[in-house]
Amino acid sequence: MNLDIHLDTQLNHPVIEEIEEHQIIPAIGTKSLNVFYDDFLAVRDVNLTIEKQKITALIGPSGCGKSTVLRAFNRMNDLIPVARTTGEVLFHGQNIYNENVDPVEVRKRIGMVFQKPNPFPKSIYENIAWGARINGFSGKKSNMDDLVEQTLRGAALWDEVKDKIQDSGLSLSGGQQQRLCIARTIAVRPDIILMDEPCSALDPISTLKIEELMRDLSEDYTIIIVTHNMQQAARVSDFTAFFTLTDDRAGVLMEFGPTTDLFTNPSKQVTEDYITGRFG
Amino acid sequence: MSAINPRETLDRALQELLDEILVLGSMVEEAVRTAVAALKARDLTASERIYEADELINKKHFEIEDRCITLIATQQPMAKDLRLLAAVIEISTELERMGDYAKGIAKINILLGDEPLIKPLIDIPRMADLGLDMLHRSLGAFVAGDVEKARAIPKDDDQIDGLYNQVYRELVTYMIADTSTIDRANFLLWAAHNLERLADRVTNICERTIYMVTGEMRELDRTDDEMSYFEKKYRD
Repeated sequence: MNLDIHLDTQLNHPVIEEIEEHQIIPAIGTKSLNVFYDDFLAVRDVNLTIEKQKITALIGPSGCGKSTVLRAFNRMNDLIPVARTTGEVLFHGQNIYNENVDPVEVRKRIGMVFQKPNPFPKSIYENIAWGARINGFSGKKSNMDDLVEQTLRGAALWDEVKDKIQDSGLSLSGGQQQRLCIARTIAVRPDIILMDEPCSALDPISTLKIEELMRDLSEDYTIIIVTHNMQQAARVSDFTAFFTLTDDRAGVLMEFGPTTDLFTNPSKQVTEDYITGRFG
Repeated sequence: MSAINPRETLDRALQELLDEILVLGSMVEEAVRTAVAALKARDLTASERIYEADELINKKHFEIEDRCITLIATQQPMAKDLRLLAAVIEISTELERMGDYAKGIAKINILLGDEPLIKPLIDIPRMADLGLDMLHRSLGAFVAGDVEKARAIPKDDDQIDGLYNQVYRELVTYMIADTSTIDRANFLLWAAHNLERLADRVTNICERTIYMVTGEMRELDRTDDEMSYFEKKYRD
């Protein structure tokens, strides 16, 4: 009898289940997010939780609002005069659109890499040091040297530029310039890196180098990437969010889930139609 | 000019692959049917021809696999397209192995040489008919993407298992009664076993059909066919 009770207790032990259950640690999330351009509703009611230190890809046909959503994550839409945002973007429990939140501080914590590499017309060294300096870095020159090296190593660029660190950033190839921009972004130690089609101007090898770099960076950073290249989304991301357009041309989040599920067996027909090239 | 269909090339290539699977399926059906008929009629020439047919089956299987690999490399298929290609590769392999079973039966006929059959064949041709009917229907269900049919077909395997167990018992009786029949009885038992395995592989085709349509990868319910007779006998 005692033995039976003992066995029952073991079987009902909750610890095993808890260990196996995947715990999601959110890095940032949206709650009923709407973005308007004047009266036009570009993005409707997006509720999305981005997991920490994972790569999340935003995909969908042109005009579906994926870049708008990406820009909403660090208030870049504020720079567009006609853009207006409602709903919430929650970062460390706080809505970044609250009046008391400084958008510059937001962009420091949530950096962005753009489609076309846009290094400053300065030396490779200064491309890293300048951003760090204006963000309050005031250490000795040797400390700054360390930061530049560390950052360039982090962006897998150090070996290629260490002997020409004072050359102009614009002298680098497109792929190297993009990695310099990524280095510039991580120099200020953000929590999240937003990438808006970061490889669309790059050749296949440079693209693969950026993708490898993204994998390495995701050990320390949360990455959200907008891409038109579905193979890239499939290769590089852990989670994928599929956006599409409704009849009134507003972008909506249609499906969100682990990338492997979404690309092998999507749950919605419209996702299947998009990723198999039936529309978009 | 009509609107451009961005999937035209891929859709055409996938349709051609399905057609090729049906071609391979009919080659295998023909090989199995001929192999069993040749064994029944003790026609050695017909059995030798099965060897040639098997080479053509193998060639077709490689062609299909090659086409799938090329499509994966050039079209980067996703979702159902990708599952279809994975299913085609798997089913082509199943069919190729069924071709080997036909060759195995042909080999048995050749090995028997001048020796007469220890009994006229009745149940073995019935096993072949039932198995080939299942195969034919399973390929139809695959090409049509018919999940309901694919789920139903494996249940018919029970009849073939029943026949196999019957053949087994009958041949064992012969062996016990006259030990000089052991070799010849064993040959027939191999032939029956090949047909029993063929039906099991039809179940695999049905599983792949369900996977292609639904994305669900699961083994369909089945008994461990070849062991069921022994299980019943030695269970207690």
